[in-house]
Amino acid sequence: MTSANAPQPPSPPAPSSPGGNGLVKLTRKDFQSKSEVRWCPGCGDYAVLATVQRLMPELGVPRENMVFVSGIGCSSRFPYYMETYGMHTVHGRAPALATGLKVARPDLDVWVITGDGDSLAIGGNHTLHMLRRNPTLKVLLFNNRIYGLTKGQYSPSSEQGKVSKSSPMGAVDYPINPLQFALGCQASFIARAVDVDKGLYEVLQKAHAHKGTAYVEILQNCVVFNDGAWFDIRDNKDTKPKAQLILVDKQPMLFDGGKKGIGFDRATMKPFVIDLAAEPGRANEVLVHDETDPSGSMAHVLAGMSYPEFPVPLGVLRRHTRATYEDMVWAQNKKAAEKGVGDLQKLIYSGDLWDVK
Amino acid sequence: MVSRVDTPSDKPPKKPVVETKKSVVIRFAGDSGDGMQLTGTEFTRAVAIAGNDIATFPDYPAEIRAPVGTLAGVSGYQLHFSSEAIHTPGDAPDVLVVMNPAALKRSLAELPRGGMIIANSGAFTDANLQKVGYQKNPLEDGSLEGYRVFAVDMQAHCKNALEGMAGIDFKEVSRSKNMWALGLMYWLFNRPVDKQLEWLKDKFKKNPAILEANLRVFKAGHAFGDTVELFHETYQVDSAPMEAGTYRNVMGNQMTALGLATAAVKAGLPMFFGAYPITPASDVLHNIAKFKNYGVTTFQAEDEIAAMCSAIGAAYGGVLGVTCTSGPGFALKLEAMGLAVMMELPVVIIDVQRAGPSTGLPTKTEQSDLLQALYGRNGDSPLAVIAAQSPVDCFATAIEAVRIATKYMTPVVVLTDGYIANGAEPWKLPDVEKDIPPIEVKFRTDPNGYQVYGRDPQTLARAWVRPGTPKMEHRVGGLEKDFLTGMVSYDNVNHQKMVDVRADKVLRMRQDISASVVDGAQEGDLLVVGWGGTYGALKQSVQRLAASGKKIGHLHLRWLNPLPGDLEAVFARFKKVIVCELNGTSKSGGQLWRHLRAELLVPALHYTKVQGTPFTTAELGAAFEAVLRGEPAPSSLKV
Ligand SMILES: Cc1ncc(C[n+]2csc(CCOP(=O)(O)OP(=O)(O)O)c2C)c(N)n1
Ligand code: SF4
Ligand SMILES: [Mg+2]
Repeated sequence: MTSANAPQPPSPPAPSSPGGNGLVKLTRKDFQSKSEVRWCPGCGDYAVLATVQRLMPELGVPRENMVFVSGIGCSSRFPYYMETYGMHTVHGRAPALATGLKVARPDLDVWVITGDGDSLAIGGNHTLHMLRRNPTLKVLLFNNRIYGLTKGQYSPSSEQGKVSKSSPMGAVDYPINPLQFALGCQASFIARAVDVDKGLYEVLQKAHAHKGTAYVEILQNCVVFNDGAWFDIRDNKDTKPKAQLILVDKQPMLFDGGKKGIGFDRATMKPFVIDLAAEPGRANEVLVHDETDPSGSMAHVLAGMSYPEFPVPLGVLRRHTRATYEDMVWAQNKKAAEKGVGDLQKLIYSGDLWDVK
Repeated sequence: MVSRVDTPSDKPPKKPVVETKKSVVIRFAGDSGDGMQLTGTEFTRAVAIAGNDIATFPDYPAEIRAPVGTLAGVSGYQLHFSSEAIHTPGDAPDVLVVMNPAALKRSLAELPRGGMIIANSGAFTDANLQKVGYQKNPLEDGSLEGYRVFAVDMQAHCKNALEGMAGIDFKEVSRSKNMWALGLMYWLFNRPVDKQLEWLKDKFKKNPAILEANLRVFKAGHAFGDTVELFHETYQVDSAPMEAGTYRNVMGNQMTALGLATAAVKAGLPMFFGAYPITPASDVLHNIAKFKNYGVTTFQAEDEIAAMCSAIGAAYGGVLGVTCTSGPGFALKLEAMGLAVMMELPVVIIDVQRAGPSTGLPTKTEQSDLLQALYGRNGDSPLAVIAAQSPVDCFATAIEAVRIATKYMTPVVVLTDGYIANGAEPWKLPDVEKDIPPIEVKFRTDPNGYQVYGRDPQTLARAWVRPGTPKMEHRVGGLEKDFLTGMVSYDNVNHQKMVDVRADKVLRMRQDISASVVDGAQEGDLLVVGWGGTYGALKQSVQRLAASGKKIGHLHLRWLNPLPGDLEAVFARFKKVIVCELNGTSKSGGQLWRHLRAELLVPALHYTKVQGTPFTTAELGAAFEAVLRGEPAPSSLKV
């Protein structure tokens, strides 16, 4: 007996043309669901939503093949606002749901929306395992360094000494650096962007093009419970040029309007800032960014840089291609299928059999 | 009487007489390293193929590496085989094969006087005796008077058998004594050895030296029976009258996996199986990982939460989501199970129950997760709960779970337990075309009039829409949703409606429950009610009393939520109802007992046991007789 149940990734229902439902090219509006957006006025989440909705029609993927999966938190309301398929799940577990979905349906374009509490506190374990397995998921980490939805407790990414509702005398916890954590989990793609900056669009475009898990930290402002968490790098016009290192692949790491660059001291294994205005002769010492460097060693250095000692790297820190989880799983399924597909008679009539007459 | 004949006599041996027995219970017991599970399963295979009805009870040590020779390290395997239909692995052994003093000490109390003990005397050293508190060697001090004891230094016999073989060290000699014991059992129970020799050849085909060693030792054990005049009789158990057909010897976990794979094919649905290893459920994962060519994708998750969540994710993708665990892992899944209730997606959750609370007795059986399955979630979160009653029944139960989950768009919990998971029995193989009906699964692709929570009027199931279907993009999630549109809704009346409809949907499943079948008396004095893996013991105990004219019947529940609609009427046919289960206490009652009392206001009695072992038919029989006499049901705890 053969079966209709061949171990192929299930064939998707016939999709409409890329980028749209039917023949008409979709626009940003087509990705806005009927749900009323319920974030606080001025919340950084609005900017991210707008950017994602602008990006969607450009990706060449039928809308019905997009799925947004989130955990719990202000940011995790995101899927309700997208006119795509979506799941708003349980706190911290979106990576597990998304991995199950992606493995079951590799044809889908799966996005994960999560917060700093969702991804790094309750969901830290799932984040770890998603990253090491490397399924093709685009993960947007809304890092506002606070628990927004529960009204303002410190989070794993809050700075030490953070005064919050649950830490009136300041948090004693050491904070986590999400991208260092991700690299430690062998993330194949890590990037960072500011919620309101235009760099986010390009970062998401690259994340989408990546085969494997793309982990994008978005520096997001919670106006109500942690306003100004990214003040120097996001809001303050004066410090912003000094606080942002915008990474461009295969280009020197320059910032502050090109007046400064990043060098690396091999003796101490540490990065340093070169003041090119003062020492123009040291331009050759400025590092050239190579986001696809397989070793990823410079990505570790970049991920560890923080303001004010260094500018904060934005853009793609690491992009490395390795086999994806869903591809490896299905390669095994297909190999197993060589033994014969779905023959129930064979399955049941195996082992030591005996007949009773 | 202790017979100790380690050297064959010079005289030609007398052929022992062959005595025919209806049924025999053998317990193999030894140190975890002695290979008793293997001896047990190999001998089980031999008697199964010979057409005996069988039931087995492997009893694993709680600790994976308990110190050698200690009570904690004893591993046992009990096999009941018979020329009649049997339903339990036997209350007590007739034959005890013990490899060391610890094994003897653990099992002796259960061996009836006159029972046979075959002891590996070589392991009855002073050190080993001391470890378990024997002052003197029981094989020598007369304390085993009244048993038929055969003390044989198996290790020495193995050594002789392997004499001169290159590359065999002491460890291998010692390890092979289980094969020697197996050989002796073949002789004692008059089983042809050819098949066993074939299996050994197949098993060790890659390692000729080990094969040779095993063959030699097995044959030596067999020849030992022949050449020493130790045993005056051997035994014959004739084949049982079984229905004509092709049979196979199977264990519960294996059947759960087979049932799932079968259901996937019958539904034409790919299956996603996510799990995290845990005793005694891991074998389901191990088995199903081999079924990738049946449309099953397996995922070893980072924990049970992820396993549950990944299955839900897959279910949203239009694939059947399944997860399997045991009690502690089930506890971790509960929050996400609530999400599956809310999102109304078909997911099957299998709980192979073990003794709790907490880590409890991981290798021992219990039925104490029923209330966790029924009520262990936040909010009103009803779902279907069904239970398997025997190793073979795990197959049908798994298929039923898939059918219900897809028909009603709901999570379904399947309860099995450590006893049926690892117990073996013969399975009459079904005709896969005729005996197993297809499972009909529909995906909605028509966007016209689609509402996320629009429902089938008969089942109240919402439509299953796969991502990738144009113009049907929709969001689901844990927040309460509008009764129809599926948009987030905080409306208070809407919430009440949704709670109601989720509960009603589960009640609608009664359409799929067939009329309750009572075994034994159809009305009268006492109805024995059970669920899950206690089926065999309850059935046998009730049948025995019913045959002696008592007005006692047995009802075994597969459906625990919803309960069958006809229970009240069935209960009313009997003067008393007693609910028997492996959970709870004699004071507080059991979990099904509470559930039945709460649902039906039935003034039922209860009989409970939590000793990590199944009910014996003797204790059940005594309890039922007491109740029939109008006395209170005794406690299972013998102090
Ligand atoms: C199991 C569980 N524990 C706790 C909560 C409460 N809770 C909801 S969101 C949240 C933290 C959210 O913080 P974050 O992930 O940073 O998201 P944000 O709201 O800041 O976007 C908590 C603790 C919950 N919903 N579920
Ligand atoms: S609480 Fe903060 S994060 Fe949440 S919606 Fe309001 S501003 Fe945004
Ligand atoms: Mg946050």
